[in-house]
Parts: sequence; structure tokens; C-alpha cells
Amino acid sequence: MSTTRPDPLHPDPLHKLRAYFAGFPLLWPLVGLAALLLFNVVYHPGFLALEVRDGHLYGTPVDLLHQGAKGILLAIGMTLVIASGGIDLSVGSVMALAGAAAALLAKRADLPLVAVIVLPLLLAAIAGLWNGLLVTRIGIQPIIATLVLMTSGRGLAMLLTGGQNPAFDRSGFIFLGNGHLLGLPFTIYLVAAALTTAGLLLRRTALGLFLESTGDNERASRASGVDARLVKTAVYVVSGVCAGLAGLVATSNIKQADPIRTGEMMELDAIFAVVVGGTALTGGRFTLAGSVVGALLIQTLTQTMFYLGVPPPIAPVPKAIIVLAVCLLQSAGFRRDVVGLVKRPIRR
Amino acid sequence: MTRVLLELRDIVKTFGSVKALDRASLTLRAGEIHALMGENGAGKSTLIKVLTGVHAPDAGTIVLDGKPIAPRSPREAEQAGISTVYQEVNLIPTLSIADNLLLGRQPTRLGWIRRRELVRRAEAAVARLGLEIDVTRAVGACPLAIQQMVAIARALDIRARVLVLDEPTSSLDEREVASLFELLRRLRAEGLAIVLVTHFLDQVYAVSDRITVLRNGAFVGEHETSELPRRRLIEAMLGRDFGDEADARPAAAAAATGKRLLEARGIGRRGLLSPIDLALSEGEIVGLAGLLGAGRTETARLLFGLEAADSGAITIGGQAAVLRSPRDAMGKGLAFCSEDRRAEGILPHLSVRENLILAMQAGRGPWRLLPRREQDALVDHYIRALGIKAPSPEAPIHTLSGGNQQKVLLARALATQPKILLLDEPTRGIDVGAKLEIERLVRSLRERGMSVLFISSDLDELVRTCGRVAVLRDRRKVGELAGDDVRPDKILSVIAHEHDAA
Amino acid sequence: MSRLSFAATAVVLVLLFGTASWLYPGFLSARVIANLFGDNAALGIAAIGMTFVILSGGIDLSVGAVLAFTSTLVALLVTRHAVPPLLAIALGLAIGAAFGAVMGAMIHRYELPPFLVTLAGMFFARGMAFVLSLESLGISHPFYRSAATFGIPLSAKATLNAPALIFLVLFAAASCLLHATRFGRDVYAVGGHEPSARLLGVAVGKTKIAVYALSGTCSALAGVVATLRMGSGNPAQGTGFELDAIACVVIGGTLLSGGVGSLAGTLNGVLIFGTIQIALVFDGRLNSWWARIVVGALLLLFIVFQKLLARAASRRA
Repeated sequence: MSTTRPDPLHPDPLHKLRAYFAGFPLLWPLVGLAALLLFNVVYHPGFLALEVRDGHLYGTPVDLLHQGAKGILLAIGMTLVIASGGIDLSVGSVMALAGAAAALLAKRADLPLVAVIVLPLLLAAIAGLWNGLLVTRIGIQPIIATLVLMTSGRGLAMLLTGGQNPAFDRSGFIFLGNGHLLGLPFTIYLVAAALTTAGLLLRRTALGLFLESTGDNERASRASGVDARLVKTAVYVVSGVCAGLAGLVATSNIKQADPIRTGEMMELDAIFAVVVGGTALTGGRFTLAGSVVGALLIQTLTQTMFYLGVPPPIAPVPKAIIVLAVCLLQSAGFRRDVVGLVKRPIRR
Repeated sequence: MTRVLLELRDIVKTFGSVKALDRASLTLRAGEIHALMGENGAGKSTLIKVLTGVHAPDAGTIVLDGKPIAPRSPREAEQAGISTVYQEVNLIPTLSIADNLLLGRQPTRLGWIRRRELVRRAEAAVARLGLEIDVTRAVGACPLAIQQMVAIARALDIRARVLVLDEPTSSLDEREVASLFELLRRLRAEGLAIVLVTHFLDQVYAVSDRITVLRNGAFVGEHETSELPRRRLIEAMLGRDFGDEADARPAAAAAATGKRLLEARGIGRRGLLSPIDLALSEGEIVGLAGLLGAGRTETARLLFGLEAADSGAITIGGQAAVLRSPRDAMGKGLAFCSEDRRAEGILPHLSVRENLILAMQAGRGPWRLLPRREQDALVDHYIRALGIKAPSPEAPIHTLSGGNQQKVLLARALATQPKILLLDEPTRGIDVGAKLEIERLVRSLRERGMSVLFISSDLDELVRTCGRVAVLRDRRKVGELAGDDVRPDKILSVIAHEHDAA
Repeated sequence: MSRLSFAATAVVLVLLFGTASWLYPGFLSARVIANLFGDNAALGIAAIGMTFVILSGGIDLSVGAVLAFTSTLVALLVTRHAVPPLLAIALGLAIGAAFGAVMGAMIHRYELPPFLVTLAGMFFARGMAFVLSLESLGISHPFYRSAATFGIPLSAKATLNAPALIFLVLFAAASCLLHATRFGRDVYAVGGHEPSARLLGVAVGKTKIAVYALSGTCSALAGVVATLRMGSGNPAQGTGFELDAIACVVIGGTLLSGGVGSLAGTLNGVLIFGTIQIALVFDGRLNSWWARIVVGALLLLFIVFQKLLARAASRRA
């Protein structure tokens, strides 16, 4: 919270310019991403190389977007929930749940493809609605409310599959996570569509404003005629649907449902992505672009670790360090400390 | 002539590019009540925070009892004998009174807190103020006035020699203010030096011995209260001649000429408000007077649908209306400005523009976003019309002073083109200049045919603005005054009626 | 309000235990009660640390990871480097404390959200556990052998084993710390309203760093207890453990917003959790995934119950 108030009697003419740079939220996560990519390019010249094979575009940048699709989808939903002042810990479990439902439906040859896609998404939306109602109607804190589904969600998925990992052969569904369109993986189109829809809905209508106002001061929003309850419930539904979509992609990727491993730890990655991207955990102002950069940052990190030959269980270490570094850089107090540390020997 | 106890000289404090204090000074004597006055942004709060160790000054000196001090934290200031009671009572609501009183100073034996001794000392501390309360009760469960007393008791228990009170009466009713002042006078007689920061002119003249005026962070002058007429004080604070407005005579009785816009019959809610009748007509400003807790805010909230009424009926424009939410009310042409700017008014991190258009946009619904060009035009219009001082319309609203924030909130309500405007304490916590501007604005709304419900604790303000005043007491309507009867003494007597008999 | 909430928790515990005793013969026995404390000692110890953190208005998500790290560290030092067990344990606890203190310092000094910092801490500690060893490490050492059989007999068939004793001793010490010292009051003050606490002269920074250091130590101790119980250190264990600990603290009546709650409530929460686990084992019909669902459902039921209680209490006021 800023204690410095510009003198209202003497408006600062440079204020706009100053605010633009100081408040440019994408600056630090983009710096982080650029640094990471640079590191990779130095280590592996050709890291950013693209080539065309069999009419498909291949290369690490494509891989990043393809593998990172699930994370970006989760980050979209998570951004909205966090903007409303809440949090959604259940997205990983909802992924598993939706994936389990999809795999079981995909095995049924008599069901049209549309059903295989839409019904699990409906289930995910209901899960989101469940979360939303717990938060808005019963008044339970979001951490706890979504914790309930996070704890039980995988159990429910296991119940659905009877403890198995049902595999399927449905070509239409397999295309979702593995197919290519015009040379690019289909997942990239999926993500682009989701982002465009979200962006249009939020910025071309007043929905974005209502969301930001609800997160910034719910009581004031309500007193101004905003249906804060509906806004808060809706974001959980959206988060659920995003998780459902990510679950479909994940299940399609491996051509089977895996209730235990699907979406494991992904809610934490999603939260990281949103915060690194510049949206405050306390809610209010949000940036979808920032969350996308954040998700790509995390995905690039994972990829970098893989290339460096770091065993997967150890990969979280540099992830944690870098995410923390980005957050520290976003903190004005930290920047002041660092500058002070550098200035001291010079002054002497 | 009592001796000088505390002297702040030529204090300078800069935050980034803003110079909050530009050679501010204050001289405090033992055994006096000293009022610190100035507009919002004059630097009163900053000077207090420098004195109590929250901020370190960039230049200047603080001399206590002849010795220079430089407190670097509230704790150090306390140890030096300077204690502060802030406007937002700084106690821990979830802890007991005893715990709050002796936080950090609990009697211990080998590290273990001695509970019985703790309670005993706490009871002694509150007894000194003449309070008889259960010190094991949680502070949050006590009324605000009691909380403030507890804060003062703590200050005394620390053997403060200087007591600083920052806006102590903003949330107190007349009775509570009177007991507070009685206490202050007693403390003054005991030799305590008291600094009183307040906006209320009446209170300053009622209880203070000296007044120091700050303007734009600088020291303007120190005066004996008894030798400083009101007008000169306001002039010193504003730096300009304000004319007759501050001593305005009651507004000429403006009989309601227009048609009945809103009629509430028997509106009430169990536990909140007893059924009351209220009518608002075109082109009139109706005041709502009463002590704190009388039900004024509750009335407005019921009318606006923020609380659901469980009795009575409202007709608006001749048609029955059921108002279960602010959206219902807004749809019927009502607008509302809450008394609690921070909790229910501003969206702190959103821009001035977004704050301003929010209610209007909510009325249009999510799908019809007002084009940016039109938004900018609307915001420009209100910035000029209300004299809102902001670095830019995109500046976050929390960077504006309280008065300007209030203006933005008023603009938000006006932007919805309401027929009926409900204003709850619109000038609370605002400097004199902005206060009078807002009053002038409200009066001008009448000429445009709007009907305004004006809630205020400032009787003079009600008299200056309203043609009719309804009086509430204990969640009931007990009277209504109109025309020449709208005078501070008459309003007061209606409020107080039966009070003395009780 | 908090007294009512605590009473409710106690009632739930009694009801649960009573129902289980009625449903499953042999449930109500000294052995089951001893196991209740012994099997959930790690959880209880972690929940004690978590209570302090939540009371101060924060949260610690690194608990499970620090547990895993400590257990792996101790196992590694004792088995591969012939470090005396007590020294290894002391080192583990010290590292846990330092880790917590660093997190607390970042949270306080740079005003980063606790959720985020401890989340990063969780990732970091978990990864470091795997750096120490990619696989589980069995411990064979005379100290551990005797520790496994150490205990205070309650009856012919029931013994309070070493983990249970450590838990109970820690609980007693922590209760004294929280309820009877100035530090304890400071914790409540910071959680109750931090800006006021600062103005009242409470050393907010020191208090916050201390509670996170305490939580880190408790998490490390939980890891030590885990090695005692399983005779091995495992870097993969404890996933989701912090959420179990939070559940125990919340069920026990401590508000996530801080400032309200007690250790006795947390103890109740741990016992409720443990009772459910043992009841499911006794039932035998339901697999472990049901346990997760039941815990989730009970957590929900309990929180709704708390909410309704709070609403009724405020209406009466």
C-alpha cells in the first residue's frame, strides 16, 4: 500500500510516464522468460531452431507451447479466481476427474464424439459450481472450500474408474491432444481459442471491470450494483471448465485416464504462473497476458531441467528459486535492498 | 505560564516526490490541550507519525523536556513518554481488554505470565478513567467508544507525558464526546500535555487551550483558542477568505414544490430499525438527524436495498416497489453514497475513471460496455463539475485525498442519473474547504429536481443544507422539523427529548 | 465464539469415537488409543507448528516437504556417513528452523504472501530431498532399534511409543509457550490485527520469523518421528501432508484469518483425523481412497457446522 500521495494541488505531469514504467507488470516475468531462453540458447545453440518435417513444424518453441498448453489453460481459470479474491486448489483433481470421465466415455463406441468432449466438461463445470457455491452461499474461505474437492476429487476419479487406468482408442478424442492442424499441434489452437474467448469476454464487455472491482472491494462493488456473488461463483465455474479442458488434453496425450498422476502438482504451477505474471494474490487487477507468460516460464523451466539432464524429482528446486527470484524482483523493498547493497561500497 | 514540554521544530519529511512536511513546528506545554488543525494534506497525520516514531524526519528536531529525542519506532516513542490513540483504534479486536492494555508489558515470573496480576493491573488501569468493565472481554465485542477509552487507558498506564489523539471523536456520539472531553480536562489538570487532531471546529473551541495551524506541510501559526475567531481560523487553514459560508444562517425554508418521488410507509427490519415513515419529493433535501446508532444509516440502507425490509412498503413514482438489492434500487432511480468510504466506497487500486463509472456500468449490465471515448468524456465532465483534484483519471483512487475520493464517489452516484440520492455522512473526515464545496453541490442538485436524503452528524451542516429534517432516536423516528424550525437547537432538543428523563 | 467452537470440536470427537466404538468391536481399547497418538504423532507435531503460523495470520505449505527432507537427511547421515543419530537429528532440526526463519524473513521484510513463499519453499525442500537421495533409505542402527521398542506401557497390550511421547511432550511445551508467555500473546496480536500490533509496540518481524522457524522445526521433528516409525528416510513421503495439518488446525477451531484458536483445538482435530483413519482400517471394506473422500466430506461438514454456529452466535449478540 502506497503511503506517498502525490500532492493533489500540484499534479505530477510525469505521472503517466512514471506509472507506465513502474507499473508495467509484464516487465519482470518477461525478463525472467527472456533470461531463461537466453540461457538455453547459450547452452544449446539451436534451441530455438524450427524445422518442418512431414508437413509439421517441429522444434523446442513448438514443444513449449504444446506441452505448456495444459498449464496455460489452468492459468487462465486460476487468474480469474485469484482476481476475484479467491484461490482454487482443486484444479489438479478436477483434471483427473474430467479425464477419468472422458476415458470411460471414449471407450463407448456408441457415444458421439461431442458427448465424449462435452459431458466431462459439464462435470468439471459442476465441480466448479460446487466450489463457487461453497464460497458464496455458505461463506467458506476459498482455500478450505477448494481443499475439500482437492482431497476428495481424486478419490472420486478412482471410484469412477474402479481403481484402473482405462485406455481408449477413439481417434477423434486422441486428436485433441496429439493431432496437428496446418502444421501446428492442435493444442496450440485450443489454447489460442481459449485465450481469445477469455480476452474478448473480459475486456470487450464489462465483465473484466466487474471482476476487478469485486476482487478489489467486494462490499463497495455490491453497493454499486454489481452482482458480486454471481461474479465469484462464475469464476469458479470457469476455472473448473478450464481444468476440465486441461484434463481432456492430458488424458488424450497418454491415451488413457490416470486418476493418480493426472494434474499432480499442477494447481501449484498454475498459482505460480498467475502470481509470477503479476496478478496479486489479494485480488483486483489481473492480467491474462501475464499469466500466460508465467505459465510459459514454468514450462520453459521444466524443459530446461530436462535438457540439462536433471532427474525429474529434482526439477522443482530451480523452479522454486526462479519463481521466488521473480517475485522478489517484483517487490520494491527487495529492489531497494539490492540497490543499497551495491551503492554502499561505491559511496565509501 | 506552564512550561514547554515538547517542541517539534522545522520538521521536513518527503515521500518520493511529495513534500508532506515543509518546516512544520509544534510547541506543547505541560497541562494543556493543544489542537492541531489543517486541511487534508496539510500534514497533520504525518507530523503525528513523526512524533510517534512511525516515520523518521528528513530534517528538524524534536525536543522533549529539554532533551532532543529521535524515536525510531512506536515502542521507542512510548518509552520516551509519548503515546498515541489513532482514529482507527489500534487495539487487537480478538484479544481481551487486559491483554491489550498490557501487551508487551505483562507481569511475568520466569517468563510465565501471571494472569491474576494481569487482570488486577488492567482493572486498575481502566478504573482510573472511571470505567467499570469486564477486562477479560474481547475488545472487538465492545462499542467503539469503550475501545477508545481502553486505548487511552493504555496510554496512561504507560505513564505517558504526552497524549496524542488523532481524530478521536469521528465515530462517537455527543454523549461520548462529552465524557471524553471531561476525561481530557481531568488529565490536563494532572499535568498531561494533550495534542488533539480534529476537524470539528465546535470541539476545538469547546476543549482546547491553544491551536496550531498547518497548511501545505508548513507551520502557519499558533494561537490561543480564546483569542481566535472561527473565521480567522478557517482562513488560516485555507489561506483564503471564505466569506459568510461558515456562519451561514439556516437555509430559507424551501417548501417541497415537486411531486412525491418516494414514499416509505412503515419500513423497518426486526433488530435493525423500527417501522418508520419517510417521504421524499422532487427538489427537496431532507436531512436525517440523530445520535450514533439511532438508525440513520440503517434507514438509508433499507431504502437502497442493501438490507431487506421485513415490514412496510415503498412506493416510488406512485408504483409499489420491492427493493431487495442495490440493483433493484438503482433500477428505480435511487443512488447511494455509503458513510464508510474505505470499506464500502472506493475500489482502492482501480483508477478514478473506473471508480466513477462503476455504478453506471453496473446499471447497463455486463454486455453493454460504455465505449472508452464516452467514459473519458463522462469522467472529464465530473472532474470539472465537482472540482476533483487527481493527477490523472487513470491514477489509482487511493492516491487521492479523502475529500477528492468522496467527490469521485459522489460522481459515481450522480453518473447513474438518479432521481433520488441517499447520502450518508458525505462530508465526514473531509477538510472544511471540500466540505463546503460538497454542501454547495448538494444544494445545487435540488435545483435540478433531484430529491436528496442527507445524513449528517453535523447539525450546522444539516441546517445549512436541508429544508426538512427527520429525527431518529434508538432506531425510531421521533420527529420531523421543517421550515424555520430547522435550527441546531431545535433539532438537538428533539433528539434529547425524554433523554434527560431516562 | 472460540470456546463454543472448541466445544463443538470436542463433541464431534466424542461422537466419532463413540460411533466407531459402537460399530466396531474392540475399537474402544487402550491399544487403539495408544495407536491414535503414535500413528498420528508426525501429523500432530506438524499441526502444532502450523497452529502457531496460522494464528499469526500466515500459512506454511512446506511442511510435508521439510518432513521428507529431514527424514532423508537423517537416514543419509546415519547410514552412509556414520553420524551419531542424535547429532544427525539435531542437525536436521537446526536446518528446519533455519529454513523456516529464512521463509519468515522473506515474508516479513519483502511483504511477499506467505502462501507463495512457503509454496516455493515446498518445491525447494522436496527437490533437495531428492538431491540427497533419489530413493528411500533404510536405517539400521542400534539407536533406532532401541527407539522402536521404547515406550511407556499403558496396559498389557498398549504402549505409548516414542513418537507418541515426543508429540505429547511437545504439545505440553507448546501450550505453555502459546498461552502463558509474552511471545504467545504477541502471536495472537499479530494475527488479530497486524497494523495495530505494530503500533502497540509488538516486534512484528521477530514474531513472524519466530513462528515460521517454529513451524520449520516442527516439520523437521515430524520427519525425525517418521524415521522412528518407519525405520527409513523417504524423499517421496509426505505429499499433501501440509493440507492434512491445515485440516486438523481448522477443524480444531483456529480461524485461517488468524488471531483466534488454540492448541487444544488442534489436538482435537488431530484426534478426529486419526479416529477416522483407524475406523476405516477397522471397517476393512473401504480402500484408502475412501479415506480421502471421507476426510474431505468430514472437513466440509465440520466447517459448515462451524459457520452455522458462528451465524447463530452473532445473531444472538
